[in-house]
Amino acid sequence: MSDAFPFAAIVGQDDMKRAMILTAIDPKLGGVLVFGDRGTGKSTAVRGLASLLPPITAVKGCPVNAEKARDCPDWAGLDAHVLEERATPVVDLPLGVTEDRVTGALDIERALTRGEKAFQPGLLAGANRGYLYVDEVNLLEDHIVDLLLDVAQSGENVVEREGLSIRHPARFVLVGSGNPEEGELRPQLLDRFGLSVEIRSPDDIEERIEVVQRRDAFENNPKAFLRKWKKKTDAIRDQIAGAREALPKVTTKKAALRDCAGLCVALGADGLRGELTLLRAGRALAAFEGDATLTRDHIRTVAPIALSHRLRRDPLDEAGSVARVTRTLDEVLG
Amino acid sequence: MSDGAVVWARATRALDLLNVDPLGLGGLCLRARSGPVRERFLERAGQLQGPVARVHHAMTDEALYGGIDLAGTLAEHRVVETDGVLATARLALVASAERWTSAQAARLGAHLDQGVGPALILLDEGASPEEAAPAALRERLAFGVDLDTVGRLEATPGQGADWQAARALLDQVKSTPEDARALVALAARFGVDTLRAPLLALRAARAAAAVAGRTDVSAEDIALAAELVIAPRATRVPKPDHEPETEAPEAPSPPEDQNNDADPKSGSDQDLPDDILVEAVTAALPEAVLAHLAAGGVNRNAKGAGAGQVRRGNRRGRPLPARAGRLSGQSRIDVTATLRAAAPWQGLRGRGDGPVRLEKSDIRLRRFEEQSDRLLIFAVDASGSAALSRLAEAKGAVEQLLGEAYARRDHVALVAFRGAEADLLLPPTRSLVQTKRRLAALPGGGGTPLAAGLQAAGALAVQSRRQGYTPAIALLTDGRANIALDGVANRIAAMEDSTQMARWLRREGFSGIVIDAGTRPERALGQLAGEMGARYLPLPRADARKLSTALGDALGA
Repeated sequence: MSDAFPFAAIVGQDDMKRAMILTAIDPKLGGVLVFGDRGTGKSTAVRGLASLLPPITAVKGCPVNAEKARDCPDWAGLDAHVLEERATPVVDLPLGVTEDRVTGALDIERALTRGEKAFQPGLLAGANRGYLYVDEVNLLEDHIVDLLLDVAQSGENVVEREGLSIRHPARFVLVGSGNPEEGELRPQLLDRFGLSVEIRSPDDIEERIEVVQRRDAFENNPKAFLRKWKKKTDAIRDQIAGAREALPKVTTKKAALRDCAGLCVALGADGLRGELTLLRAGRALAAFEGDATLTRDHIRTVAPIALSHRLRRDPLDEAGSVARVTRTLDEVLG
Repeated sequence: MSDGAVVWARATRALDLLNVDPLGLGGLCLRARSGPVRERFLERAGQLQGPVARVHHAMTDEALYGGIDLAGTLAEHRVVETDGVLATARLALVASAERWTSAQAARLGAHLDQGVGPALILLDEGASPEEAAPAALRERLAFGVDLDTVGRLEATPGQGADWQAARALLDQVKSTPEDARALVALAARFGVDTLRAPLLALRAARAAAAVAGRTDVSAEDIALAAELVIAPRATRVPKPDHEPETEAPEAPSPPEDQNNDADPKSGSDQDLPDDILVEAVTAALPEAVLAHLAAGGVNRNAKGAGAGQVRRGNRRGRPLPARAGRLSGQSRIDVTATLRAAAPWQGLRGRGDGPVRLEKSDIRLRRFEEQSDRLLIFAVDASGSAALSRLAEAKGAVEQLLGEAYARRDHVALVAFRGAEADLLLPPTRSLVQTKRRLAALPGGGGTPLAAGLQAAGALAVQSRRQGYTPAIALLTDGRANIALDGVANRIAAMEDSTQMARWLRREGFSGIVIDAGTRPERALGQLAGEMGARYLPLPRADARKLSTALGDALGA
């Protein structure tokens, strides 16, 4: 894989960048879905996410990135348990992937050459404690979606096939991107994403020119371009690391809770997940901006990305769900 | 030069540029029927460079992108990986590109995004404007060429430009910010939303400069790039008088996201491309596109064929004869047919008393004919204005249809609307007993919330389509809507809401029938049926048997 376009060099698209940063600050937010037209730089942003994530500590050579030696599965066959620092895994789930490749399966090579029954871990193992990225997530085959939903719910991957019986932890944050023209997402899968962003090409000519020029500069000389933007990307990453530390200290007043609940009720968002996500996202934003308390402004900023995909579809409203959230925001929060 | 010759010259220029920067430009979408003109074009493409691969939509992912070669692995007792044809080729011809599904195109697009090649030439043989290579692929390829207007004599053979020298020069070609500005502004004026277009055009301009042996991009190169890259993507034609501010309302149908970027908000004159450029692009627009644009905007098929809506044969499928093929994660082996195929060769393959010897060519895959179940959704008016007798008739019709449904294996669902809202009385079912019971309990009286009824029926239809049914909606009412969607009694708002709901149903593409069961035919209801794209059937006195026959006819039983 060639170098990814630096995150800091992405022009505009503030909502999308904010969503990425928030999920990096608080992985419990449950991932990001980016929906938009072609050529708006969806995958570019998601691939830039990897460079924002602080490294994790894991057992060296462990296929599921276990944090402690006792969490490392037996089938990995590790003798020594040495801890190392490694980048937060961001695993790509390609379309057309087979079930075997996702869950892991019998290691064909060892089965054929040595006649051993061994488990070859799949993508889910690699994504444990990290991110799983699905480009064109709305085109993913149904049976793979079912599998992802199941694992995302239980946090555990269970493989029972070809005489193998393996289970290992698979906790990951789902990040998806797609083009709404190609088809819609099942509500169940939609619900798995904490934040969702709709993006479109910038309207402003100057902004468009800037996008084209930066991209062109990147393609002509990726190394130099990365060097040029390294400082800014590092700055964002440091800010995220700082926000992670500050996050537990962010205080939440009753009034803010009431705002969240009022918003969700007014919008008719299903279930309590909307409120929780809204709250979490607001706190992450507060931490990112260095504020000690969750305020109405934070809630106002994150409400569209936290709630827009949780509304019931209203065929009469052609303005789209983001506009609905914004309208309700004005009504409820004044 | 004749029109065809101009198009041909332009197409070969595109080929020259592609040859200079194959990876940067991605490739070319070639829309042409199979024939001598296309052959000649491909001949020229074939002279260009390295190995040429030919890929088609039925190839497995392993064959395209590489993976484990199952047959080879079994034979050699070690893991044999295949490279996939795309790994080795410099140029790939994508046969019948219009038949590639979105999912396949997305995979190929992801491969292109890695920037390791090969360059693609999409062979798009679509017969109608709607039938075309997947947009996800066309988007990533710089050029679009339509050779259908080129005559056989106009397609002159010839040598391409000297690409070796040009390629050596390419790295030194510099473009200025003004070049980028001109192309971005031009793309916006022609309603090209994606930012890949100006980016690719910029690369094409540099390639053009390299072909001409220059190291700086000239106005000529920009014009050529605009002609080759922007013109095929145009979704509207700017007005000849330069008043771009008034342009946006003129473009009729493209969704708002395309409208907005057309009016340059930072709108000073310096952003506007030269008229020369605009003319160059307009001249390069294929006639068919112009006609299409004039006819009312681009027909963007917003519905698409997404994974959530693809109608797969769900629980049943008529088995088709097994077919030879290679195993992949998506297919199932037909064991009996495979053994049968292998049987004749056992002697030759030296089988003693050992196991049956299978070879790759023996493998047969199972196939099913996919046919989804039909679901009839009855939206029944149970309001006070609808006489109780009619309700009884509706019940009768549903029961009768259900009886027939046993033979035809249709499913039936029942939505009733009365008072201020609509209820799903009966979820999709084939059970006679259950239906009769629910029907007997169908209440009557109250206002006519027609829109709510349509909404409920539509929501059920969308949901059931996702589950693999083919839904159709039968609306049974006297058409005097008087309750709006928000539950307020307002005749005008109620009619408006119903009309909008009907339009939505039409957009979603459900077939349907509107049965007017009033004592006199209601004109408004006929119009509503028109909005819904449904058949209108006035039945002053509905009787169950007549209703059932009419339904069967209208829904194409």
